[in-house]
Amino acid sequence: MPAVEMHNITKRFGIIKANDAVDFSVDKGEIHALVGENGAGKTTLMKILYGMYQPNEGKIFINNRQETVSSPAIAIAKGIGMVHQHFMLIPTLTVTENIVLGNEPTLRFDLIDLRRAQQELQKLTETYHLIVDLQAKVETLSVGMQQRVEILKMLYRNADILILDEPTAVLTPQEVEELFNTLSHFKNQCKTIILITHKLSEVMAISDRVTVMRHGQVVACVETKLTNQVELARMMVGKEMEGVIVGGNPFISHPVVVVEQLAAMNDKKLSALHDVSFTISEGEILGIAAIEGNGQAELVQVIAGLRKIAQGSIKVNNQVLNDSNRRTLIAHIPEDRTHRGLVLDFTVAENLILGRHYEPQYSKRFLFHQQTIVQFAETMIQEHDIRPRDKDLVMRHLSGGNQQKTIVARELSKNAPVIIAHQPTRGLDIGATEFVHTALLSERDHGKAILLVSSDLTELLTLADRIAVMYEGHIVTVLNAKDTSERELGMYMTGVIKKVA
Amino acid sequence: MKYYKTSLLQLIGPLLALLLSFLIGGIFIFFVGRDPILVYERFFSQTLGNAYGMSQVLFKATPLMFTGLCVALSFRAGLFNIGAEGQLIIGTFLTAWVGFTFNSLPALVLIPFCLIAGILGGAFWGAIPGVLKAKFGAHEVINTIMMNFIAAALVSYLVINVYAVPATIHTPQISPASELPRLDFLVDSLRGSPANVSVFLALTASIFCYYFLWKTRWGYELRALGLSRSASEYAGINIGQRTIMTLALSGGIAGLVGSNFVMGYKHYFELGFSEGIGYIGIAVALLAKNHPLGIILTAVFFGILEYGTLTIGTFVPKELSNILQAIVILFVLITSKLINWWIRQLQALTAIGNVHA
Repeated sequence: MPAVEMHNITKRFGIIKANDAVDFSVDKGEIHALVGENGAGKTTLMKILYGMYQPNEGKIFINNRQETVSSPAIAIAKGIGMVHQHFMLIPTLTVTENIVLGNEPTLRFDLIDLRRAQQELQKLTETYHLIVDLQAKVETLSVGMQQRVEILKMLYRNADILILDEPTAVLTPQEVEELFNTLSHFKNQCKTIILITHKLSEVMAISDRVTVMRHGQVVACVETKLTNQVELARMMVGKEMEGVIVGGNPFISHPVVVVEQLAAMNDKKLSALHDVSFTISEGEILGIAAIEGNGQAELVQVIAGLRKIAQGSIKVNNQVLNDSNRRTLIAHIPEDRTHRGLVLDFTVAENLILGRHYEPQYSKRFLFHQQTIVQFAETMIQEHDIRPRDKDLVMRHLSGGNQQKTIVARELSKNAPVIIAHQPTRGLDIGATEFVHTALLSERDHGKAILLVSSDLTELLTLADRIAVMYEGHIVTVLNAKDTSERELGMYMTGVIKKVA
Repeated sequence: MKYYKTSLLQLIGPLLALLLSFLIGGIFIFFVGRDPILVYERFFSQTLGNAYGMSQVLFKATPLMFTGLCVALSFRAGLFNIGAEGQLIIGTFLTAWVGFTFNSLPALVLIPFCLIAGILGGAFWGAIPGVLKAKFGAHEVINTIMMNFIAAALVSYLVINVYAVPATIHTPQISPASELPRLDFLVDSLRGSPANVSVFLALTASIFCYYFLWKTRWGYELRALGLSRSASEYAGINIGQRTIMTLALSGGIAGLVGSNFVMGYKHYFELGFSEGIGYIGIAVALLAKNHPLGIILTAVFFGILEYGTLTIGTFVPKELSNILQAIVILFVLITSKLINWWIRQLQALTAIGNVHA
């Protein structure tokens, strides 16, 4: 019997269809995995079910009754609970206070009856074997424990249908094991679980059925025991590549970038990168393929000087990279273009010298050379067709494509031997994407060493000469772009093949 | 649609706020039993109606320009500097100390010496919370406030126990060589007005800050820091260093207040002379939207309020000035939000229009 049925769900954001006529159904008492690449529409679909988004079309049935889920409050009332990727807890409150928040048992005069809350929660933790110190402040708990608090919060609100959005992304392997035990236990108690993930090993380990999404559509819904990781990976990334557009056989000579045994921590002070070694030659584009959160962001930040190196070394043209030579050696097109790459309230001209403003042609000691800056801005706007053609316009008012063009213009005109491009075309329209691609290829032909990190495998296969695949902070393999396929990359990225090259 | 032209529209906000607050001020005057029109007439004719009144306004405005610039510079770097009061007290005291200690020096040496002492004193006092923020992440709001208390206590100890002229709460007179000329040497009718040439120093400071913010590398980095911390980090800006520098520079400007009060007017340092100029500087900066040239105007406006309420002191209580100032600040905050909202609505409408066109 289906606990949830979603029929013909379409959700548009502007002209983009995040969900395109999606049919999705989950049986009562099953663990159902929802898989797909970043941007495949999994989270959107679940946010619709949880009432955070309203679909443009389609119907939702919960326990065989058609429902309009217009807000999370209604979803909760219908027995749906969701644990988000980013926890929604108040660090300075205790576990009990966090769980009952918004739903507090009260005494007379609206005083909170914490003792009753505590007793109810104690019962709940015993029923589901979810041991948490109820008096502890949330800020003192590990990430795994905090997740447990989120799960308890759902149970406290009597959720029967539990949605978990990439619950293992932040967990250690041991914590993952505990979580899976809990989920199996829920299943025995006849709760329905929807698990959003892109780790295929987890799908195989715990789910009963799996729905695969790609580009906003459901590609397949299969019983887990009738499929395997290889087949799932192929369904996730889609068709084989249909021929590479750009040939370009770069003259590969001496290595410009040499990275040796690099290690770094993430923001939570956990190991994010370990033992990463690679080289990039003159006139070469090295692609990095990885599912989000496997260390590629930290790798870029370490090279760009935004994150400390824990171990290992980075050399450019035989010099160890440090804070003073980095400015001239590295050009960086950052992932977060609006917050990192630009000051949105600066003008186009001011943004075009961001991070280069110290260069002698723009400032002599203290004063800016206003004229050089103006000339440079006008040249860049002309050459890179940044629209509208107005150097004094505030960056905030430019389109995403033109914002990215500004960054690309600035960074490439720096003429640094190394270029890092992190998700350089994400969210751009076709025209701006082509602009960025052409610019990168032309830099390659001028002998630059380029590191291209992208979640768009087509882009990697098209532009890169070699592709390094990262999984859980390691480089798992380095493949020749000509000899590989999305399918093969997908298997390395999802950890199906773990051979270290 | 040229979006950036909307900044002109945003000027309407403060003007509207002024009008409204005078209207409400009028209601208060009515309630204390006076004729608002008569009171306002006297208020404006005594402040703006003659050269003497205007010079008094400039005298009141001068220190507010310094403290307004102090607050605005920090604001531009994303720092909430509440410490102008402490910074100006230290700076002013040092100005006076140099003035009465090195009294054998000639004017050409002593005047710059006094000014530099004021700048350095204020800069030092501003740099301390800067260092605390850069090195330990201690929040500047709390530390600048605390530094105000320390400055007041320190200076009052020094004045009362070490330097005071017996039976007074002020220091000895500074050397005549360190005195700044009053404006009456330019216009004879200003005889008796305390207005002095330090007003030109304040104007210069405003123009300096304008050039500093928009034409220099440090100013650029400072603004980048205030607008986006992560982009500043990306651009390789030394955030800690710039934080210290900004607060020191802000403090230095506040430290110039002594040029007006000590060198130009009283010729000694007196406890309690500031009457909260440092705090009013926050309002001056806020009203000018932290623009150094706007601060000239808003400081003059607050000067009008201060001197104007003195001239109508026989008709209405002095508290009215404070009420009027508070109303102005509240209204500017509210109207700027309203105007911004209004602009966004307009932009949304034109954006929809463009799509359909």
